[in-house]
Amino acid sequence: MNIQEIRRQFPILDQEVNGQPLVYLDSAATSQKPLSVIRALDEYYKGYNSNVHRGVHTLGTRATDGYEGAREKVRKFINAASSEEVIFMRGTTTAINTVAQSYGADNVKEGDEIVITHMEHHSNIIPWQQLAKRTGATLKYVPLQEDGTLSLDDVRETITANTKIVSIMMVSNVLGTMNPIKEITQIAHEHGAVMMVDGAQAAPHMKVDVQDLDCDFFAFSGHKMAGPTGIGVLYGKKKHLNAMEPVEFGGEMIDFVGLQDSTWKELPWKFEGGTPIIAGAIGLGAAIDFLNEIGLDEIEKYEHHLAAYAMEKMSEIDGLTIYGPKDPGQRAGLVTFNLDDVHPHDLATVLDADGIAIRAGHHCAQPLMKWLDVSSTARASFYLYNTEEDIDRLVNGLVKTKEYFSDVF
Amino acid sequence: MSFNNLDQLYRQVIMDHYKNPRNKGEIEDSVTVDMNNPTCGDRIHLTLDVQDGIVKEAKFDGEGCSISMASASMMTQVIKGKPVDEALKYSQIFSDMMLGKEYDDSVDLGDIEALQGVAKFPARIKCATLSWKAMEKGIDQQSE
Repeated sequence: MNIQEIRRQFPILDQEVNGQPLVYLDSAATSQKPLSVIRALDEYYKGYNSNVHRGVHTLGTRATDGYEGAREKVRKFINAASSEEVIFMRGTTTAINTVAQSYGADNVKEGDEIVITHMEHHSNIIPWQQLAKRTGATLKYVPLQEDGTLSLDDVRETITANTKIVSIMMVSNVLGTMNPIKEITQIAHEHGAVMMVDGAQAAPHMKVDVQDLDCDFFAFSGHKMAGPTGIGVLYGKKKHLNAMEPVEFGGEMIDFVGLQDSTWKELPWKFEGGTPIIAGAIGLGAAIDFLNEIGLDEIEKYEHHLAAYAMEKMSEIDGLTIYGPKDPGQRAGLVTFNLDDVHPHDLATVLDADGIAIRAGHHCAQPLMKWLDVSSTARASFYLYNTEEDIDRLVNGLVKTKEYFSDVF
Repeated sequence: MSFNNLDQLYRQVIMDHYKNPRNKGEIEDSVTVDMNNPTCGDRIHLTLDVQDGIVKEAKFDGEGCSISMASASMMTQVIKGKPVDEALKYSQIFSDMMLGKEYDDSVDLGDIEALQGVAKFPARIKCATLSWKAMEKGIDQQSE
């Protein structure tokens, strides 16, 4: 991997913020976009913007080819058995909500259980909370180990014969923990439950094979993997998707419309009501091409290296607490931390004055913050365009922050 | 690295209020407001003792960054002993100050003036205004 060559593909990185060269360490919130993705959007709008699946005119055909071509790229990217199992949606949140509102409403009843974990993002908690409230089901949480990992024994103990849905993130956006999804899926299936995977922090950073995982549903977002905002994917096994009712009704998703009744298109379109996210899908396709060219295995290896480097350098700072697994080999490319009593917001403001962008707050994981017994944390997250030098700048910034607040704390 | 801009934000008096908050605690049997900033997790628990249209006592508890906690401390300091409408007037002045608007400086702003620099850090304005919003809500509740 030639990092300098990769960085040249991301023009946004080449700028000064507050008089300092930008160090962007917030890719877990949203990643930057390479020129090829920006160009794909530009070409679509300049050259063949048109609605899909309806007009007989040439631009309409080109737009349809672009949109459906992107679906095929996604299919290969996650190794789905069929492109009918790939549904374009706004993002991970919409995908999880769709499963909760459609599959959940049809299959979960009073006395049933839904199982998630203590490390989930709000978008993989609240849809299930709402479903549990509506149906009278129980929402159960797999507890966390001391180091922020899951134990399969706990998973086995939490999932029972009453469990209908298990929904777990593949990689934690706070702890960096990589969860054993394949093993958990097997346990869920042994109990007759379906397995939904929140892949928002996994798909951008590692090879995902939904058939190997054997999960029933998998959701991810384009904007965290070098693609545009507003596009994401719900993968579902055909047998489930065929049995499920659409959540959104309108144009594009219908077959015949009568005065009192209507029928739906076949998969995947029955879940894509309204004019779809055409440009977004084409942009996501370009992002997948970009990532494939470098290789997901290479990207994952490089990010492990960055995480290990960051953990080594950061743990040399006195008073710095790192959350999550201690072994860098067990975690994805992000480091969540606190520095002495400096509030993460104050920390992020001081780093920003030094051109360094990090995230501060609860990272949409309030139950996890409670488990960590903190009100908020700071997080530096890495992607393929980050360098050791970026991490050196962060460490230097943290040391200066400590000095800056030294007379206060 | 240049921290000159930062010094406009982290003025000494702010850090003093953060380190040694005034009016920390809780008044029993009083108007109570709990508010939080959902984007960052900062939270404030404000109690007000309002009698005959006068804020006799104001105390706060909470968790948050230096700006939010210092602002809460300064807010309680300034409204204590003031008539309700005057407290609300300070709130308006503070809001104008945060938005970078012209504000009424004919009244004695005391330590609040040190928070002026926050206006230049748009991401932090919500930190500073949390306790003031809580105070407005409390006065609103009490007058119902």
